[in-house]
Amino acid sequence: MTEVPHLSLHVPEPAVRPGGEPDFSNVKIAKAGSVPRPPVDAAPEDIRDLAYSIIRVLNRDGEAVGPWAGLLSDEELLTGLRSMMKLRAFDARMLMAQRQGKTSFYMQHLGEEAVASAFRKALQKGDMNFPTYRQAGLLIADDYPMVEMMNQIYSNEADPLRGRQLPIMYSSKAHGFFTISGNLATQYVQAVGWAMASAIKKDTKIAAAWIGDGSTAESDFHSALVFASTYKAPVILNIVNNQWAISTFQGIARGGSGTFAARGLGFGIPALRVDGNDYLAVYAVAKWAAERARRNLGPTLIEYVTYRVGAHSTSDDPSAYRPKTESEAWPLGDPVLRLKKHLIVRGVWSEERHTQAEAEILDEVIQAQKQAESHGTLHAGGKPSVRDIFEGVYAEMPAHIRRQRQKAGY
Amino acid sequence: MARMTMIEAVRSAMDVSMGRDEDVVVFGEDVGYFGGVFRATQGLQAKYGKTRCFDAPINESGILGTAIGMAAHGLKPCVEIQFADYMYPAYDQITQEAARIRYRSNGDFTCPIVVRMPTGGGIFGGQTHSQSPEALFTHVCGLKVVVPSNPYDAKGLLIAAIEDPDPVMFLEPKRLYNGPFDGHHEKPVTPWSRHDLGEVPEGHYTIPIGKAEIRRSGGAVTVVAYGTMVHVALAAAEETGIDAEVIDLRSLLPLDLDTIVQSVKKTGRCVVVHEATLTSGFGAEVVSLVQEHCFYSLEAPVVRVTGWDTPYPHAQEWDYFPGPARVGRALKEVMEG
Repeated sequence: MTEVPHLSLHVPEPAVRPGGEPDFSNVKIAKAGSVPRPPVDAAPEDIRDLAYSIIRVLNRDGEAVGPWAGLLSDEELLTGLRSMMKLRAFDARMLMAQRQGKTSFYMQHLGEEAVASAFRKALQKGDMNFPTYRQAGLLIADDYPMVEMMNQIYSNEADPLRGRQLPIMYSSKAHGFFTISGNLATQYVQAVGWAMASAIKKDTKIAAAWIGDGSTAESDFHSALVFASTYKAPVILNIVNNQWAISTFQGIARGGSGTFAARGLGFGIPALRVDGNDYLAVYAVAKWAAERARRNLGPTLIEYVTYRVGAHSTSDDPSAYRPKTESEAWPLGDPVLRLKKHLIVRGVWSEERHTQAEAEILDEVIQAQKQAESHGTLHAGGKPSVRDIFEGVYAEMPAHIRRQRQKAGY
Repeated sequence: MARMTMIEAVRSAMDVSMGRDEDVVVFGEDVGYFGGVFRATQGLQAKYGKTRCFDAPINESGILGTAIGMAAHGLKPCVEIQFADYMYPAYDQITQEAARIRYRSNGDFTCPIVVRMPTGGGIFGGQTHSQSPEALFTHVCGLKVVVPSNPYDAKGLLIAAIEDPDPVMFLEPKRLYNGPFDGHHEKPVTPWSRHDLGEVPEGHYTIPIGKAEIRRSGGAVTVVAYGTMVHVALAAAEETGIDAEVIDLRSLLPLDLDTIVQSVKKTGRCVVVHEATLTSGFGAEVVSLVQEHCFYSLEAPVVRVTGWDTPYPHAQEWDYFPGPARVGRALKEVMEG
């Protein structure tokens, strides 16, 4: 009998835990401008490298370089900067409102503002996003009224969702934003279905699916890839890799090798990895994928490499599982500061104008907040009616729910 | 009018609906070219094209998830889950998504889908081809749950389900596909062609979801049943000679409570029959409602006849299936009580 060694289970661990020195040496950063831009009808097998590199446009000096640069005008970039600043200011005010007890829960985007903000600009009116809870940038960048978002967050009398949904689980068909579920990954395959419907109806609209690194482990992620590749659905499959799924580092979903983008390759889906903190790169890659979808060339998988600077939600404390200074060590920097720097290098922006814009945006957010609070907050002022509990479960209220509503006194 | 089996009636409902509304699409495992393992979709791909009737990957969560997305884009998907036993991977999409999209978005998005699934036992399908999971759907607010018992109802209810603005779980008792199986497995089943309810209009008609039908009038005891058990209950009433009133619920959610209450107040006795397991089965809901609404009219405790609280066995199928002998014993028990 030969001695066979005992087996042992491998449980991945992040490079560092609280108390340690942040270490991102495992995140291989490609040089800005170094990754080629293939034609949108390139065969997936010819562009496999794009799933392992990182497409970047902005270099360290704030210049836009390489084949993915040059798509956005000064005006469009200034609008993009304002969107990201607005989202950041909105988050800060709503976090504070949550701490003041004006709502139960909030989720911020700090560090990830470029992803949804830039992506939205690559879509057209009528296209549909199937977002997770961290894509409010899609709404802000599409000029959805902040006051409506706040009404929803406060679950007040003007809440468009009548107090039924957890804060930030917005819905707006008019703004191409599918109702957020709150459970994970279900929306990913729904987006594929929406895109299939667009093709079945011979429409021109495309869909975008959103998921986080952690939730790519869900079955529905894989279901979505199966359906998207089988039917060549006009859908952009977005993975926002912000390194952390609450307290779980991305290695638990991914294992030690490969990338999230590379998940697409086995399905024959072109897969690209992009610097998620680079507004220009995000836009350029999203535009490439949108064109592919619109030209009926099928789905594209995009991994946005970014970092969740804040806590997962107001119910989370990241200092319990990662070094406090980790976000400062993140090698891809801050998306707002990087675009700001680029606009200054372009000669269309300045520190003074930036400071002034910050003040204007804060004022705009505060005005919206005042208006929203005039309709109430979670525990004070105007509330949705108890009747609203019973309405809208079905198109027509069935007898048993009517009896229950009457029992509740309404 | 034409003579149709239940499968033909189901197919005719989809055919009529697809013909009337180009937003109706049909897909599922083996559903396209082949026409489904029970042949419910046979011919639909040839008639309406590959983009309106097609094969899906073996991925029930994906079938439901894509259907939900399609519905959000204005289509009316009518999907097939090959066996009700296979729906569990899709349960998240059904319960937390399809059922709640209207509510959570305050009507901004809706989910008009139909999920067809062959249900129930009696075909030696073992534990993974015989289940009756209807109570897992009736417990979910936002769904409608329909179980037809004959070709005429199957077609009218399925068209109504496809036209319904909300998600409908459409459970087709597979033992009824060819005839009104009454539980006498040792005898050949009467084909639908020799049954009144096998007479089915070829064109469009609907049967409202939420309305029960009294299949046999009687004054002594009310039997509440649905699907295959309707025919078992009718057989039990004939064989025992008990003057039973047999209610075919047709729709479990919404439930036609008025018809049940009216009947039980008249008879003072009630037996609830289903093939699904006993504990927390849909019968528990019916019994609760009967005692809430008819307590002072009851002459005897309400009795349930159901599948046992075990997985559906293979070889012992007919000892598991609540056949006419067990239903008959329950009728006698209630009459003596």
